[in-house]
Amino acid sequence: MTREPAARRVAAALVLMTATTMSLAAAPFEDTVAQRVLACTGCHGPQGRAAPDGYYPRIAGKPAGYLYNQLLNFRDGRRPYLLMSRLLAPLGDAYLEEIAAHFAALDLPYAPPAAAAPSDAQRALAVRLVTEGDASRHMPACAACHGTALTGTAPSVPGLLGLPRDYLNAQLGAWREGKRRAQSPDCMSQVARALAPEEIAAIGSWLATQPVPAGAKPAAAFATTPPLECGGVAPAGAAAR
Amino acid sequence: MKLGRAARIVALCALAAIGCVGALVAWLNLRGEDVVRPRAAGTSSPDATLLARGEYLTRAGDCLGCHTERGGRPYAGGRGIETPFGTVYSSNLTPDPRTGLGAWSADAFWRALHRGRSMNGRLLYPAFPYPNYTHVGRDDADAMFAYLQSLAPVEQPNRAHALRFPFDTQVAVAVWRALYFRPASYAVDAQRSAEWNRGAYLVEGLGHCNACHSARNALGATVGTLDLQGGLIPVQNWYAPSLASPLEAGVAAWPRSEVVRLLKTGVAANGFVMGPMSEVVGNSTQHLSDADAAAMATYLQSLATPPESDNDARARTAVAPSERGATLYHDHCVACHGEQGQGVPGAYPALAGGRAATMRSPANLVHVVLEGGFPPTTAGNPRPFGMPPFATRLSDADVAELLSFVRESWGNRAPAVSALEVSRARDASAR
Repeated sequence: MTREPAARRVAAALVLMTATTMSLAAAPFEDTVAQRVLACTGCHGPQGRAAPDGYYPRIAGKPAGYLYNQLLNFRDGRRPYLLMSRLLAPLGDAYLEEIAAHFAALDLPYAPPAAAAPSDAQRALAVRLVTEGDASRHMPACAACHGTALTGTAPSVPGLLGLPRDYLNAQLGAWREGKRRAQSPDCMSQVARALAPEEIAAIGSWLATQPVPAGAKPAAAFATTPPLECGGVAPAGAAAR
Repeated sequence: MKLGRAARIVALCALAAIGCVGALVAWLNLRGEDVVRPRAAGTSSPDATLLARGEYLTRAGDCLGCHTERGGRPYAGGRGIETPFGTVYSSNLTPDPRTGLGAWSADAFWRALHRGRSMNGRLLYPAFPYPNYTHVGRDDADAMFAYLQSLAPVEQPNRAHALRFPFDTQVAVAVWRALYFRPASYAVDAQRSAEWNRGAYLVEGLGHCNACHSARNALGATVGTLDLQGGLIPVQNWYAPSLASPLEAGVAAWPRSEVVRLLKTGVAANGFVMGPMSEVVGNSTQHLSDADAAAMATYLQSLATPPESDNDARARTAVAPSERGATLYHDHCVACHGEQGQGVPGAYPALAGGRAATMRSPANLVHVVLEGGFPPTTAGNPRPFGMPPFATRLSDADVAELLSFVRESWGNRAPAVSALEVSRARDASAR
């Protein structure tokens, strides 16, 4: 019996070793196209699958000619997205054609369509982030600035209700990617960058299904001191001066 | 009345002084110019050897890089070059008679390259690197002109520069030139080999390496055309490392074949190119002949090592890397760059001891993490391995923690990176 803790330790060590080996074995270096295009799958998903937020469209299994044309369009500036344009700028036509063919040949199952209403898990995640935030990431609750009723706070913080899910997702995505900006310190950008894509999806679909209270108006002032400094928002009490 | 007379004298003296300075500036700009002969009518078409040489030299000068818009017709101009003084738009070099160089003569082209004056007499902005091209020989210039004249004409009017006052005036250019520009020719160093001299000629002239690899003063002038001590590229905020310092991109200790390999393929055993240099290798140096690439390497390997004054990176005491940085590294980087920052030879650069990781300026690291990137497609490396962008996935603070971890691990002793530096780079890369 006295040997049990030791045996447990050995077992735990074995599990740990196996886990480590597995995590390393998950992506051994191979001289393949897949290895060369990790720069693409970093955003578009490990196998060219769409992320739940839809910002990085699925590329797996799309027609090779279409993918090749999009690569050319990004590289040559016809599709304006700087991140893609810069990434592809040094690459030649033949290589882009090979990359397109690689993704076109991937045969992967499609994710089930996103439900219009949030799932239970999404609802729980959204309610927690909206009302409590995540202290471990220094992420404030949406309600801390946008008001406990989420109808905004006068004079500079907008309400979050009555907006379609696609709009909410697009705006949070734009904040996250730096397409939408505000005066420095850009608090909303900090928050959006800390959110994972699936968190944005959960928040967007939950907010979009919340009813707007009758006669909704922005709160007259912050209930408590705002948790972040925001360039475009006067601190509590300053508006009166 | 006396006061009035004194004032008149002062005014006259001031006018005279302004006149003298103006005359001096004008003289410094125009002295020694030959007459520009117009284009001869009905000249016979040049032979293929000359055209091939012109094409080769035009590539060595990377004219394409600036004189082509993203996705635009080659050499038709229109690319905006952002400078601290505003945006300069490159011009159409195709032989279109109305919008390009169709009406130019070889003399006019030579004057532009050698003296920085346009066909119509206007002083050119030094964003066109004529402080370097002035060292290009007349024969080479003529071959380049013949090649450009052989291109299919593209009708594309030049775009007006968007420069702030007073930089948008010819007077400003004239003053700048009086201060910083003298037409020159490459001076052969008889103490050195022909190969070394060829390398220096290419580096100083067509290669215009110091247009990036040298610091610029407040008026955008470099110290000298052979100063290659490194500098931050204005606006883009990429750091073009010193080509002399062993702590940056100095290659004195490399086998010469590796230097040639880097110039011709974009990758070498201990280095690779990214960012603006990826463009330079892709457009220009990969096309150098083996002999010219070797000559350039010979010259670059001969650069004197600067005094070890900037060794603060090495002298730093070790600090414990943050746990957050380690977690981020493990989540995002370890699959390619390895547990010990060892990388994969030929595919992913080593971060342990790698100069790209430990260089004092973290600017390039921040760029690469935010934007990702590929070395260029070249004949010697047609399918480069890429690095994903993290701009949409990591916050400024995360990038700072991650890079600080890289700069403080595995024996690296480089200064930490702050979230503010990341934020600035993010602003620059959004342009």
